[in-house]
Amino acid sequence: MKVSLFITCLTDIFYPDVGKNVVELLERHGCEVDFPEKQTCCGQPAFNSGYHKDAKKAAKHMIETFEHAEKVVTPSGSCAAMFKEYPSLLKDEIRWRERAEQLAGKTYELTQFLYRVLHVTNTGATLQGVATYHTSCHMVRLLGETEAPYVLLSNVQGLELKELPNKQNCCGFGGTFAVKMSTISEQMVDEKVEHIEETEADVLIGADNGCLMNIGGRIQKEKKPIKVMHIAEVLNHREMGGGDV
Amino acid sequence: MAMKIGGRSFDKRAEQGVRDSYMRETVRTAQERLYTNKSQAEEELGDWEEWRSLSEKIRSHTVDNLDYYLERLSENVSKNGGHVYFAQTAAEANRYIQSIAERKEAKKVMKAKSMVTEEISMNEALEATGVEVIESDLGEYILQIDDHDPPSHIVAPALHKNKEQIKDTFSRRKGYQKTSKPEELTQFVRKKLRREFLEADIGITGCNFAVAESGSVALVTNEGNARLVTTIPKTHIAVMGMERVVPTWEELDILVSMLCRSAVGQKLTSYVTGLTGPKAQEDVDGPEEFHLVIVDNGRSNILGTPFQSALHCIRCAACINVCPVYRHIGGHAYGSIYPGPIGAVLSPLLEGYEDHQDLPYASSLCAACTDACPVKIPLHELLVEHRKVIAQEKKTTLGETFAMKGFGLVASSPRLFEMAAKTAPALLAPFTNKETIEKGPGPLKEWTAIRDFPGPKKERFRDWVKERNKGGAE
Ligand code: SF4
Repeated sequence: MKVSLFITCLTDIFYPDVGKNVVELLERHGCEVDFPEKQTCCGQPAFNSGYHKDAKKAAKHMIETFEHAEKVVTPSGSCAAMFKEYPSLLKDEIRWRERAEQLAGKTYELTQFLYRVLHVTNTGATLQGVATYHTSCHMVRLLGETEAPYVLLSNVQGLELKELPNKQNCCGFGGTFAVKMSTISEQMVDEKVEHIEETEADVLIGADNGCLMNIGGRIQKEKKPIKVMHIAEVLNHREMGGGDV
Repeated sequence: MAMKIGGRSFDKRAEQGVRDSYMRETVRTAQERLYTNKSQAEEELGDWEEWRSLSEKIRSHTVDNLDYYLERLSENVSKNGGHVYFAQTAAEANRYIQSIAERKEAKKVMKAKSMVTEEISMNEALEATGVEVIESDLGEYILQIDDHDPPSHIVAPALHKNKEQIKDTFSRRKGYQKTSKPEELTQFVRKKLRREFLEADIGITGCNFAVAESGSVALVTNEGNARLVTTIPKTHIAVMGMERVVPTWEELDILVSMLCRSAVGQKLTSYVTGLTGPKAQEDVDGPEEFHLVIVDNGRSNILGTPFQSALHCIRCAACINVCPVYRHIGGHAYGSIYPGPIGAVLSPLLEGYEDHQDLPYASSLCAACTDACPVKIPLHELLVEHRKVIAQEKKTTLGETFAMKGFGLVASSPRLFEMAAKTAPALLAPFTNKETIEKGPGPLKEWTAIRDFPGPKKERFRDWVKERNKGGAE
């Protein structure tokens, strides 16, 4: 299957390794990965701040960039949800709205795509360790995806998954919220890190680099011995000498 | 400014909230308990999502046809022998209520819990004319005797206080000498209030829902105090926000069930009271006179705007009980008697942006509120809608406006995006400490005070793709 990858601006600039894992993972499962070079950002920073005129510019650009795609896959529930917001953002411009609907209809978050479109339940990954998974708010509440990451992670060989207490709580990222309301955001991320520590996991897995940048940044600042991994890195992980290559 | 509470800026209030460890512990425990109870109540009912959709339909149908249902309501209240007064403003509502008190030569008013009377500052208005107002809801009573501490929650107004603090207030103000056991505290208040009930000239309640088809007022409580307020005094005044109407008892049944489950996780609260007009000849008790005061106070301005669904609110506080921001800063930090997500939506609508402009930003847009709302109000979307209005009216900083304009430009131009993405790592390079940035410049400062920021990478993902497509990298 041919898929067009929307890598997200954060992953593009700050987490290129996650991007490489996404490509490899998709290829392992028989996808031909296309990377439209014109892609920029989904527009969420402007949209969430209320600058919808500016968000529309980003939206229209992304609609054009991915118009040719059969399926669009992105390693972020939040950015996928933003694509799905386009029809409502452009509701007053009928032609654009129709094009936005097409894009929304063919966009999937990475684990969602693997599980629901390719019907993959086991990616053949192996990773020794104890991990806990942070459920990102937008993936769960806006995309409604509560199953895919768990199914895929539960089949990673060697990985023991501990349930994160109060997993429904936001980590305090919220884009500009993290900076604009930093006092509150700090309390939220601290609470999240506390819950992660309660699980005694040595790996924190998440499916959204926004949340991971926030939680991971706090973990690093506090020098906690917890490794942070994007779910693509986990699902593509092969233990040295084990599994296929 | 009636809804506004506390002075100072939002930031200062939030900081104070964050530093109040007692309050935070109390709020956290309450939230956890309410969350568990609500989840159980949802499960018991089964098909929670369907009930939510049905409730949303009921609310939107009613609010879409609000004038019709209010007319029916008012006709039927009059038919039952009650009086209806439409108050456009808080002042009008208060004047009407004052005039009744005057006519009745009332000295003492007994009150049940009501947010709308808080909104219009009715107590203060009555007290200004020399009438004594006594709160009969336990939470409200605690706040009242504690120098009129404002409510911090719309269902449990004294949620920010723990039992030790309550005990202290009682001993300081009322000579209480027993322990902080809730039973003993409650017993004490009961005794005190009994006498007051018998002396009260007027009983004032809020109104959870008013039923248009019969002209009835429904009150949902757990303490039963509203029953005394509505039966002992000779005059009963119910004050309602104009949106709190339901067409018939059938819809009332559904919404009361949703309210109780969402608010406290109970199938039904201990007391659900339906009152239809003043005492009839054959009735043994009840007030001789009944007044329904329907308050607009800015609500009708919301009709027909993108914010209309905010009027669907049934004040269950479920959104508040799941809100992480509320958990960490408490209700008072919002600076409005309506705190939490619904407060952040409602306060600027009812009272303007000036005093409440920060509230729409007090959210990470995690959508926990939207998910919790039994009538499916898209709360986090309405917060974004507020931000849109604020941005359009240029009430944001010039810096932000320029930054976002720049963003639109960059995000819609691959060439500019390319440039920005290339320069970001280069600009950040001087601040880097190996893999991460620990002390960043400009807006990054706020970030790096709390978290490390990812360091610039030698190669962006897209560079890797390019190389790879050339057959170079792997
Ligand atoms: S907005 Fe929804 S959840 Fe919040 S108080 Fe109103 S009805 Fe309840």
